[in-house]
Amino acid sequence: MNKTSSKWLNLFSICFLVLWLVLACVPFLWTFWGSFKVQADFFSKQDWQNALFGVRTLVETGSSFTSDGYQGAWIQEGFWKAALNTAIVTVSVVTISLTLGTLGGYALARSGFRYAFWILIAALIFRAMPHITLVSGYLLPFFELGLWGHLSTTIIVLVAINQPFTLWMLHSFFLSIPKDLDESAMVDGCTRFQAFRHVIIPVMWPGVITTGLFSFLLAYNDFAITALLLTEENQTMVPKIASFLGSTQEQGNVMFAVAAVVSATAPLFVLVMFFQRQIVSGLTAGAVKG
Amino acid sequence: MPHHTFFKFIWPSALAMLVFIALPIISITIQSFYIDHEQVLVTVENCGPFGCKEVTKVDVDATRALSEQNPLGKFNGFGTYTNRNHLAFSQISEAWNAAPNLRYFIGEVLNLPFYKALSFTLTYTFVVTPCVIILGFCIALCVNRLPSIFKGPTIFVSLLPMIITPLIGSLVLFWMIDAEGIIGSFLKIIFDDPSLSLKASPTLTWIMLIVYGIWHHAPFAFVVFYAGLQTVPKDTLESAMIDGASRWEQTRYVVVPHLMPLVVFISLIQLMDNFRVFEPIVGFNAQASATSLSWLIYNDFRSGDGAMLFGSAAATSILTIIGVSILLTPIIVRTWQSSKPAVRG
Repeated sequence: MNKTSSKWLNLFSICFLVLWLVLACVPFLWTFWGSFKVQADFFSKQDWQNALFGVRTLVETGSSFTSDGYQGAWIQEGFWKAALNTAIVTVSVVTISLTLGTLGGYALARSGFRYAFWILIAALIFRAMPHITLVSGYLLPFFELGLWGHLSTTIIVLVAINQPFTLWMLHSFFLSIPKDLDESAMVDGCTRFQAFRHVIIPVMWPGVITTGLFSFLLAYNDFAITALLLTEENQTMVPKIASFLGSTQEQGNVMFAVAAVVSATAPLFVLVMFFQRQIVSGLTAGAVKG
Repeated sequence: MPHHTFFKFIWPSALAMLVFIALPIISITIQSFYIDHEQVLVTVENCGPFGCKEVTKVDVDATRALSEQNPLGKFNGFGTYTNRNHLAFSQISEAWNAAPNLRYFIGEVLNLPFYKALSFTLTYTFVVTPCVIILGFCIALCVNRLPSIFKGPTIFVSLLPMIITPLIGSLVLFWMIDAEGIIGSFLKIIFDDPSLSLKASPTLTWIMLIVYGIWHHAPFAFVVFYAGLQTVPKDTLESAMIDGASRWEQTRYVVVPHLMPLVVFISLIQLMDNFRVFEPIVGFNAQASATSLSWLIYNDFRSGDGAMLFGSAAATSILTIIGVSILLTPIIVRTWQSSKPAVRG
């Protein structure tokens, strides 16, 4: 009796898992495949199978696959510029927020005073603020001071918005590094800062890489801030894709957006492929320790 | 660590948070009490070949001078909070007096922009959060039973919906759900209704957004629970097994209590993230049937004619922040009470 019920349970759990995996990855595979078709196939009025075999694509371009969408997006619509802006923004945000975050997180982990705890609670409350409510506080001052629209302004804003999370992650990571390590260096005559530089920095990279991944995701995935704080020339990829959608009336433009979407997804795939372990450990660090 | 060393380490980070998170909250508080200047009107006599006429014109220079002199606009007190686009007190009392029954009254109230957005935001938050926790828990249990060679690839695929940019993820699903996309055309065949369109029906739009939300957030709960499952004490499980507990009883009485703290953590993060739901509404182009508080703020800056409604956006922001605080107070108080000893030690 027990054996048959566990067999059914196994079968059920595998079916459930397969269903979940299909739901999780088919949308991406479908869009990736479809991005090489023309619009008439991707949104097929006649038959959904057209999107698989590219019937209209063959008629319109002479081949079952076309890179028209990619050419249109990257060259004609200047998506390369948006990609470049995204690269600048994400690299700067990750570097700056890790620099500030390691210093702050280290101090919070070693302080031992009550106010360190209050700073963490304040950071948690700041983490809860919907980003767009903060943006509505920036716009008017930024217009008045002439800071609006520049990449550098957006970078600093993203760094600041990222700080609460970075502080929490790195604080809990530094707690896991034994205190004796840097304190013995200080007994040997190092100042706190020298101890940090010579003892802590060499061992902190696993935690920093994990935190960096999440800073990267925040900067890369952001729409609310980049859409409202950047001028059209300075747009990063996500607001650029949103602006493609505004002009979908023209034939072919939807495929530009599809191609741009696939292009913007690619780096994220690579990221998960290489850093899966760090992402998993990062997500759990806060939970298991907190 | 002495105070001054601590300060030296923390000041860049603290300064960034003060200037770009704490100050903006103060700035929107002030902004929400002001509204834009009215345009300065002048009456000029316009004399042509057919006699003179008095024409009212906008005095552009005077208007600009006024807004340069006082960029915040003019003081409005709580006027913005109570107007039709926000708390709409007078509209509500009117509807209450005119309403023949409660149903009509609720319908009227939910037609007001703020309450429409609030109702969707709350529905989304309180449907998605528990569903994410349950789905994530089920996936974690199933993955945990897999042979270890399958675990890596399964986790890889499961992470995808979470790391995807929210706007992009919703676009990908939107294109499939489109009446001419793959899921849309399947639904037409299944329901045998060629005019079926998910976009046209408010109920279906809500369901679509909620399904998207669950799809996007479930991996987070899954990963956290999966890690939690690795730390379930083996001895307790084994003794439960020896005592004759079935697999269900083991899960119910050993695993679930062990994972309870994680449920609090996931709900905290999920409530924060779901309450700010915004990108899916842009991605699914769903604003006709579903709006959220964050979307209202965005809309104030994108209201077509180029004028940005700072006062209105600020008032909605303040109301949103009040909403977040009400939502999170119970959990933060709980976390605080339970984490007190840890911090002292």
